[in-house]
Amino acid sequence: MIQQKISGTVYGVVLNDRASLQKIGSLEGAPYKGAPKAPALYIKPANTRTGRGAVVRLPSQEESVEVGATVGLILGRAAGRLEREHALDAVAGLVLAADLSLPHASYYRPAIREKCFDGSLPLGTVQPLVPLDTIVLTTVIDGELAEERSLADLVRDPARLLADVTEFMTLAAGDVLLVGVTYQAPRARPGSRVTISATGLGSLDFSIAAQGTQP
Amino acid sequence: MKHGRIAWQGAIHSVTEGPGGHVRLADGRHLSEDEFIWLPPVEVGTVFALGLNYADHAKELAFKAPEAPLVFLKGPNTMIGHQACTRRPADATYMHYECELAVVIGKSGYRVPKAEAYDLVAGYTVANDYAIRDYLENYYRPNLRVKNRDGCTPLGPWLVDRDDVPDPMALRLTTRVNGRTTQEGTTADMIFDVPTLIEYLSSFMTLNPGDLILTGTPEGLADVRPGDTIETEVEGVCRLVNTIVDDQTYFARTA
Repeated sequence: MIQQKISGTVYGVVLNDRASLQKIGSLEGAPYKGAPKAPALYIKPANTRTGRGAVVRLPSQEESVEVGATVGLILGRAAGRLEREHALDAVAGLVLAADLSLPHASYYRPAIREKCFDGSLPLGTVQPLVPLDTIVLTTVIDGELAEERSLADLVRDPARLLADVTEFMTLAAGDVLLVGVTYQAPRARPGSRVTISATGLGSLDFSIAAQGTQP
Repeated sequence: MKHGRIAWQGAIHSVTEGPGGHVRLADGRHLSEDEFIWLPPVEVGTVFALGLNYADHAKELAFKAPEAPLVFLKGPNTMIGHQACTRRPADATYMHYECELAVVIGKSGYRVPKAEAYDLVAGYTVANDYAIRDYLENYYRPNLRVKNRDGCTPLGPWLVDRDDVPDPMALRLTTRVNGRTTQEGTTADMIFDVPTLIEYLSSFMTLNPGDLILTGTPEGLADVRPGDTIETEVEGVCRLVNTIVDDQTYFARTA
């Protein structure tokens, strides 16, 4: 089997875990006017990708960043209009990911500056597919456990997420679909050292720096 | 000069404008339009699109003009070439075109000041940034189900070199549905002009060759129906043609 490389577009989703839905509270009023019907998706473009040991520099004037530990499904083939029962057949592997975002409490408008700055997506190495509900993700910031979450808590499991996304957009081999970050994930600051790890997927460490400073 | 990409005789070819409406292959051969398939003129990297970037359009949608550029991203699945078909799903009640000047980035840049912004530009093309408003939701709006559907962003046919478009901020935009003009505007009415957008985006992310900025659309939106032919044209750049098809046509042969 060819080991699939991450070569395409990285998509992610918010509000895909029950804990985050509980934390954000009622979605009935403005600006949302109702809970999301389709997956609430975003794109992490190519400039955001980086790897183990990276020093991630925040945009000017920014003093903190949310560390969204998550897992990406790596597509092993082109996939359009997948049926849930067979959706995982299109997945070649998993990757541990730290989706970094400048804090933004509202999901109303696309968060481009917040989510697309250079280096805002440290990625681990490609690992074989395992059931996601067995995975526990931990985020350690400066030696302190900042978050621990189980992926058994997903609103849309990977198969359903793939089916709902590919209903209107075809994913290519090498594309990645991140299965969700938590609402108001823990924050790191310039100088912070961060390690995220996941059951069976190893760990990923990186550090945060301000613009124009030496690591 | 104008540059295009086509599929012909089992290969992808770079072409330029030839005589009599033909395209010219690199080796000098000419082809007429009915002999090949147009592809988007660039293999796109990151695709940025602007919402509410014309004051009249913001007003049309009952929005206050934004204070910072309202940017969203699109994936490569949504790009198609000139003379292709775009699907209107059976349950859609309002699907509209958006005629836009598309800026193609030609070299990398980070923290590019406005005064140097045009140095990054390779050239310009035309995009039709279709939206299906039935699927609008208030999460990262406009959400991907509205704006990132397969084949919902026709692009091309030509990439026109930057220096052949002396003032990109004074170009007429026109949309015709079945030959009738429905949308007219000028790039002079953009809220955030091309240099401002390049300065803004490059202030936090590196722009790279092949990246594309769809700069937004003026007022004059209208619903389009299966069978409609939509021409989106930017003066001095090119005219892009697309046809709307229904589900039966789109999925006519489906296993």
